Amino acid sequence: MTGFERRSIISGIGQSAVGRRMGRSGLDLTIDAALEAIADAGLTTADVDGIATYPGAGGGAGAGFSGPGTPEVQDALRLEVGWHTGGIEGAAQLAAVVNAVMAVGAGLARHVLVYRTVTESTEQGSGGRQGIGIGIGAGGGGGVPRMGGAMQWSIPFRAYSAANWLAMNAHRHFHEYGTTPEQLAMIALNGRRNAGLNPKAVYRDPMTLEDYFASRMVTSPFRLYDCDAPVDGSTALVVSSAEHATAVDHPVARVEAVGTALRGRPSWDQFDDMTTMAARDAGAQLWTRTDLGPADVDVAELYDGFSFLAMAWLEALGFCGKGESGPFVEGGHRIALDGELPLNTHGGQLSAGRLHGFGFIHEACLQLRGEAGDRQVDRGGRGVEVAAVANGGGPVAGALLLTREG
Amino acid sequence: MSRPAPFRVQPALDDDNRFFWTSGQDGRLRFLRCRSCGYYLHPPLPRCPACGGRDVAPEAVSGRGEVFSFTVNHQPWDGDPDPYAIVLVALPEQDRLRLTSNLVNCPPGEARIGLPVRVVFEQHDQVWFPLFEPA
Repeated sequence: MTGFERRSIISGIGQSAVGRRMGRSGLDLTIDAALEAIADAGLTTADVDGIATYPGAGGGAGAGFSGPGTPEVQDALRLEVGWHTGGIEGAAQLAAVVNAVMAVGAGLARHVLVYRTVTESTEQGSGGRQGIGIGIGAGGGGGVPRMGGAMQWSIPFRAYSAANWLAMNAHRHFHEYGTTPEQLAMIALNGRRNAGLNPKAVYRDPMTLEDYFASRMVTSPFRLYDCDAPVDGSTALVVSSAEHATAVDHPVARVEAVGTALRGRPSWDQFDDMTTMAARDAGAQLWTRTDLGPADVDVAELYDGFSFLAMAWLEALGFCGKGESGPFVEGGHRIALDGELPLNTHGGQLSAGRLHGFGFIHEACLQLRGEAGDRQVDRGGRGVEVAAVANGGGPVAGALLLTREG
Repeated sequence: MSRPAPFRVQPALDDDNRFFWTSGQDGRLRFLRCRSCGYYLHPPLPRCPACGGRDVAPEAVSGRGEVFSFTVNHQPWDGDPDPYAIVLVALPEQDRLRLTSNLVNCPPGEARIGLPVRVVFEQHDQVWFPLFEPA
């Protein structure tokens, strides 16, 4: 099988400082991450001939969400590109990476800078996370626009946040499969334990099950620790033509397969299976594009914007049967660093911070390259050879399978 | 004494959705239905997505439903500190015809999957919000 994916590698990765209320602009953070990724790829800015991002400038969903657009970053780095794109609609944040892989496969560029930047901590201040798309704050009232489009079916009913919408998915999963809050808690606990080994994680203090249940309920069944932590940070990577691997002085991640499908209705509340959502389709498609299977995966970096999403992705990617993620994560043993499927080895967005998607691919590359320090997964001495990455929740889902080369 | 209705963001009315947001004026919940094939289409569209037909028109449904899922919200997104129940209601008129709404006229803790409900309308200006109470 020779999909277009095989013509690409991730030759370099970079990330800015990550933290809360750093007060630096998105462009400033992006330049840091980009220059690190470009240097890591053994390149200079003159070599970079493509640029892509999610969601692009002005991509909705609240203050600090979008980061700079590609024209701004291209100009800041004085790139001359053969191809460029940015946008919010598509297979989640990873769509930007898939687009870059396609551009390289199509011969429109050789080295594409791909980045995701958030400044949600600084922009949203001490008020904590906002609902998606609006910032009505205390008191509501005057100045709030009328809601058209898809948001009219949730916001007027005070379902302001993806936390609310996905909480209903979680409750449906509890109902259909007997999943329990104690099982859901394993995602938060596992992430926090791994974050303790990640110097860049924002939340590193140990968390017990008692701590989890003592945390306040945000929207049932999601407690504070089931919701990711807004941060400021930029993550960048360089997608290069595969032959560049020999010019780089470290192992690289080969793109083995992608999953971008969305076959159910593109709707938060009209989707046919509320317990899987679009992850079902992206996950299934990914496995049709490779001879590898779930049993070959050494680490899984699966979106946990809300804890339940990581469980949905475990099922959607076939690491366990449909509805069986509860028993799979029970007790946390299987998903631990020394377990059969280490999950969110950097701490996930729940504890490493809401870098909004690209933290997972960055961590997957570190693990594949043996550069994950104290949290490096060992796999009995052979290291990490295959990594699964997933982004998205609800009607938005994208997945990648990466292998080590070199 | 009943509590005052909470703040609600208003929908922007257009030619496609106006029937829905004003339907409650006579106490009936309506969805667009295709007169060619009988399909209830929601959210509203100018043509039927099942058969392509243009003859779509609002049709009243029973107003009965069942809670398909729910969440009790505790976060004061709009400044209101009181918990409230968000529900996803399944309408019996068609498989997978659903409405996100609120469970009202009972404590939010009464929300549960399978709860039988019926529509009630809460008027704000010229918009009638379809909400649900235990039936």
